[in-house]
Amino acid sequence: MIHSLFLINCSGDIFLEKHWKSVVSQSVCDYFFEAQEKAADVENVPPVISTPHHYLISIYRDKLFFVSVIQTEVPPLFVIEFLHRVADTFQDYFGECSEAAIKDNVVIVYELLEEMLDNGFPLATESNILKELIKPPTILRSVVNSITGSSNVGDTLPTGQLSNIPWRRAGVKYTNNEAYFDVVEEIDAIIDKSGSTVFAEIQGVIDACIKLSGMPDLSLSFMNPRLLDDVSFHPCVRFKRWESERVLSFIPPDGNFRLISYRVSSQNLVAIPVYVKHSISFKENSSCGRFDITIGPKQNMGKTVEGITVTVHMPKVVLNMNLTPTQGSYTFDPVTKVMTWDVGKITPQKLPSLKGLVNLQSGAPRPEENPSLNIQFKIQQLAISGLKVNRLDMYGEKYKPFKGVKYITKAGKFQVRT
Amino acid sequence: MTDSKYFTTTKKGEIFELKAELNSDKKEKKKEAVKKVIASMTVGKDVSALFPDVVNCMQTDNLELKKLVYLYLMNYAKSQPDMAIMAVNTFVKDCEDPNPLIRALAVRTMGCIRVDKITEYLCEPLRKCLKDEDPYVRKTAAVCVAKLHDINAQLVEDQGFLDTLKDLISDSNPMVVANAVAALSEIAESHPSSNLLDLNPQSINKLLTALNECTEWGQIFILDCLADYAPKDDREAQSICERVTPRLSHANSAVVLSAVKVLMKFMEMLSKDLDYYSTLLKKLAPPLVTLLSAEPELQYVALRNINLIVQKRPEILKHEMKVFFVKYNDPIYVKLEKLDIMIRLASQANIAQVLAELKEYATEVDVDFVRKAVRAIGRCAIKVESAERCVSTLLDLIQTKVSYVVQEAVVVIKDIFRKYPNKYESVIATLCENLDSLDEPEARAAMTWIVGEYAERIDNADELLEGFLEGFHDESTQVQLQLLTAIVKLFLKKPTETQGLVQQVLSLATQDSDNPDLRDRGYIYWRLLSTDPVAAKEVVLAEKPLISEETDLIEPTLLDELICYIGTLASVYHKPPSAFVEGGRGVVLKSLPPRTASSESTESPETTPAGVPTGEQPDAIPAQGDLLGDLLNLDLGPPASGPPLPASSVQMAAVDLLGGGLDSLMGDEPEGIGGPNFAAPPAAAAPANVGAAMGSGLSDLFDLTSGVGTLSGSYVAPKAVWLPAMKAKGLEISGTFTRQVGSISMDLQLTNKALQVMTDFAIQFNRNSFGLAPAAPLQIHAPLSPNQTVEISLPLSTVGSVMKMEPLNNLQVAVKNNIDVFYFSTLYPLHILFVEDGKMDRQMFLATWKDIPSENEAQFQIRDCPLSADAASGRLQSSNIFTVARRNVEGQDMLYQSLKLTNGIWVLAELRVQPGNPSFTLSLKCRAPEVSRHVYQAYETILKN
Repeated sequence: MIHSLFLINCSGDIFLEKHWKSVVSQSVCDYFFEAQEKAADVENVPPVISTPHHYLISIYRDKLFFVSVIQTEVPPLFVIEFLHRVADTFQDYFGECSEAAIKDNVVIVYELLEEMLDNGFPLATESNILKELIKPPTILRSVVNSITGSSNVGDTLPTGQLSNIPWRRAGVKYTNNEAYFDVVEEIDAIIDKSGSTVFAEIQGVIDACIKLSGMPDLSLSFMNPRLLDDVSFHPCVRFKRWESERVLSFIPPDGNFRLISYRVSSQNLVAIPVYVKHSISFKENSSCGRFDITIGPKQNMGKTVEGITVTVHMPKVVLNMNLTPTQGSYTFDPVTKVMTWDVGKITPQKLPSLKGLVNLQSGAPRPEENPSLNIQFKIQQLAISGLKVNRLDMYGEKYKPFKGVKYITKAGKFQVRT
Repeated sequence: MTDSKYFTTTKKGEIFELKAELNSDKKEKKKEAVKKVIASMTVGKDVSALFPDVVNCMQTDNLELKKLVYLYLMNYAKSQPDMAIMAVNTFVKDCEDPNPLIRALAVRTMGCIRVDKITEYLCEPLRKCLKDEDPYVRKTAAVCVAKLHDINAQLVEDQGFLDTLKDLISDSNPMVVANAVAALSEIAESHPSSNLLDLNPQSINKLLTALNECTEWGQIFILDCLADYAPKDDREAQSICERVTPRLSHANSAVVLSAVKVLMKFMEMLSKDLDYYSTLLKKLAPPLVTLLSAEPELQYVALRNINLIVQKRPEILKHEMKVFFVKYNDPIYVKLEKLDIMIRLASQANIAQVLAELKEYATEVDVDFVRKAVRAIGRCAIKVESAERCVSTLLDLIQTKVSYVVQEAVVVIKDIFRKYPNKYESVIATLCENLDSLDEPEARAAMTWIVGEYAERIDNADELLEGFLEGFHDESTQVQLQLLTAIVKLFLKKPTETQGLVQQVLSLATQDSDNPDLRDRGYIYWRLLSTDPVAAKEVVLAEKPLISEETDLIEPTLLDELICYIGTLASVYHKPPSAFVEGGRGVVLKSLPPRTASSESTESPETTPAGVPTGEQPDAIPAQGDLLGDLLNLDLGPPASGPPLPASSVQMAAVDLLGGGLDSLMGDEPEGIGGPNFAAPPAAAAPANVGAAMGSGLSDLFDLTSGVGTLSGSYVAPKAVWLPAMKAKGLEISGTFTRQVGSISMDLQLTNKALQVMTDFAIQFNRNSFGLAPAAPLQIHAPLSPNQTVEISLPLSTVGSVMKMEPLNNLQVAVKNNIDVFYFSTLYPLHILFVEDGKMDRQMFLATWKDIPSENEAQFQIRDCPLSADAASGRLQSSNIFTVARRNVEGQDMLYQSLKLTNGIWVLAELRVQPGNPSFTLSLKCRAPEVSRHVYQAYETILKN
């Protein structure tokens, strides 16, 4: 199982190490640095590296590498999932998962790591159990602690730890009982030069924020559950009920959690809310090129498309770009060659466009590759798949909760090839 | 108020200051000091000097301080074992604490202190905690057993903790069950034979119940454990599958992949006609696709596994091609995997889509990826039976004039020509235009080959080749060899105008070159051309067999094994764990369960991946199985282009021409003719000498004298004295091992040389390498009176527990009678373990031979064995060593033989017999090379007796 963990920042410093079995020397990370050097880009470091005596399984999150050391045959996904869970927990506790935040809270980090894994076996990874064992730092608490001398380590066994519903603690109490659901859908798509869809699918999630007293038992039903044929559930969802009635029935964890994630596959038609007209050309034997893109609404179901940003990774020979946007503003970073155009929202009367000249390094050959456009956008109050929540019922408790559902559609990995 | 302040004290007297603070009376100050110590520890600073001071802080009722001290202890106890003892009392006291959290914490921490002296004190508290009323303590204690086992395995066994752990599998709390399973699996890994997880339908049922209720990590442990279970029939397999299927919808990808493993494995047992089978297939696709929307690291592992699944059961994902399309900002390691899977899924139905994508990729920035994409187009062309589209895509790419794209394209077009001769020659003109841009050896060699092969259609072929020839000495060997062959081809096609050219190249190759390969080939051509131009034409311009199919499929037996390891490191490396797990520790060979026939009669094995040509196809030799090296055309670079195989008559001519002078070239050492990229095994070492045996192609090559009748049983050694009477208070035991019609037995002769009657005989074996165990009790009914001898045959089974012995075939036996217990050990001949179905299919033999790395090959001499090849083959066959193929090379008989051991290990052998020479040469290849020596001994015994 997981032997040791090293946290490494982008400049290659090991700033934290934790060993769950015997101590493994830091020098094992040299193999990782070697692989990192080989991969030109930090994102291209292979996640599984073998060394003469160990395996290194790593993830790259928020500019940090989490490198775990493995000595026996274990499922790598197990390790990777766990590492992501560690990063999530840091995020949850400290508001960000960064070197500064981890160093600022190093003792809590150490306590957390010790609580999350025992002898390489995961122990408590549910944030709500961890929070009962080790209280997250707040300014108020540290002030109170230093006055009263109490600590931020809980001294009773978390109630959820052993029950059949480990995700919920007993005795939750709220004055305002509320249950909110966010249906968030992301469109992953590849659009080809001519504007037709090469590949498109919808990755959806329903995130819940539940603040209900006691042990509520909820049922969430949909107008069109048939859309959901590929789903992953939070462990609280009763799978049998879903199989037979297509109703999500569950006792929710307290607070924020992801209820389900789903995929509406490419077999179904996926509506593409925007189109892009583009012409990017580089002249032969000349040190300039033309750049011209226009964005317009397509199938947006009558809603406004907003928060549009276009990112283009220009070829290496591009020195500078001289563009005029009809709307929004653009930046070009001559080092990374990334052009970002912050468009805002589309008004169908006047379509936003960005035109101008591209300066190339003189003498360099004409770039062969045409850059892909990466597009971000948001549509409020719409789930592009058409998914609609029908009703939410609560059993087991007497009070009347306040309920709400919000829909939002976003671009995921939305790429337009040129 | 952050912790970063703990890092700031880097003054000289830091340790001294901390020491003072640790011994302070104020609680708060103490705690702060311990925090500083921990902070230094996290960054690898050595603060072990503070050990006694920190341990002094341990006796506190503040839980946080206690936890911090425990953290410190775990890190440094090893370096200060004597001091660590001081902590023991507190631990033992804490194990009795009324708060379960503290009890669990204490037992957990004690397990992490890797000091022998402490572990002794741990046993009692641990025993109590394993039976604690609180499940939280029990589950922590379960893991602690695994920790303790890691430190001192003997202690755990002696204390009976393993049995307690087994009992915990039936615990009422699912978390405890999951942790017990996890602990047992970890312990079992270091004891592959110990049968710790003794699974039966009842315990499986318990696990399945716990599966629904435990945490995600527990589910992974349970699923991995389930995957090792062998259901007794398809009904049981189906019911397990039904209960595992809901896990496919879990949010944790590791749970999903472990569930996929269980299903893929048990599916093997289900009949394909079952409705449930096809439902299951349908259910597997969505979760696999969902894995691809996760973080890139998860995607990578998922893709490596999908690669295996697609090869095993292409039908699962055949409609999901699009999800493997590459996004430009995917990490490179994801891109390459996706590309590979795209090719595997390419078919007639989706080829247009795939090609459009590949063409898109060929314009990306990353050079490596672009090259792979172009290669992929070539692989598609060879895989999917309509290459027009691929060829035209490649031509489009050549028009881009991007140097590395053009070069890759040329290389793959050569392969396409090999697959579809005389179909796409129209593109040669375009290729010739780009001749100048080729600067990589592989591309230049490919282009030269094309020019030589199609010399008659290229008007200026001589000019082109002449151009190449100018810088002959600067070219790489690959290109030089190819150029030589191409010019000879050209000469044979257009003899009149190219005489000068061929003279020039032959002299360049033979006189001015230091490369033996090049020189030798030059001489061969020279002699061929000068002796008999007609024969030369037949040899050099012989029709080449078509290449076909993918070359990089994983060999079926390995694939089946890897399917059992879905989700593990083995699946990421596509190697069995035995190939990389350190020290071979804990490696148990896993195999897919056989399909049971309870509801189904016979079924054709459908494990061949779609599209692999069947053996009947006369005109295409699978490039994979194409082990026959061709003397004349070895330099075709990439393995994709199997070397051509000339027709038999030509071959004969070649043999005549070459005469004796070149014999040494084709003798024992393949590298002599092979050149740098020829790595065929000895089976293909000397193709030119095959001569008449070649008859009508490859299949005849392997025609063998299978007429040898199977004799009654394998060789039986005479009885030897195993236990002399002196050592066993008058009991003498001699014996031998036999194998008859599939059953092994130990023939014993017991003699009573004492003066008293012997009764109550019993026998027991120690665990051994092959799991030999008595299949029945030792039955000696009448008492053995003095000077009496009894003969008995004890049937043996191979299902006993396994432990690797040194030597491998060592067997330790205990015999008991009314007087005492006696121990002796004996070596059993390995051939009693050769099973009756040890005959390997020829294709499989070739593939397996090729697949086993050459460092696993062992060579032996068997001296003074006057048998002929036929007699040897017959004798070996009666001991279940089967001759798969036979050839005659230079008057030597080469026997290719296979045998299988009872534990499923295959051993492949090549036996070289020279008439008149009583020494045989035996080469053995096996995935477990340690058996080779014993197999050799078995050979020797069988052949010499």
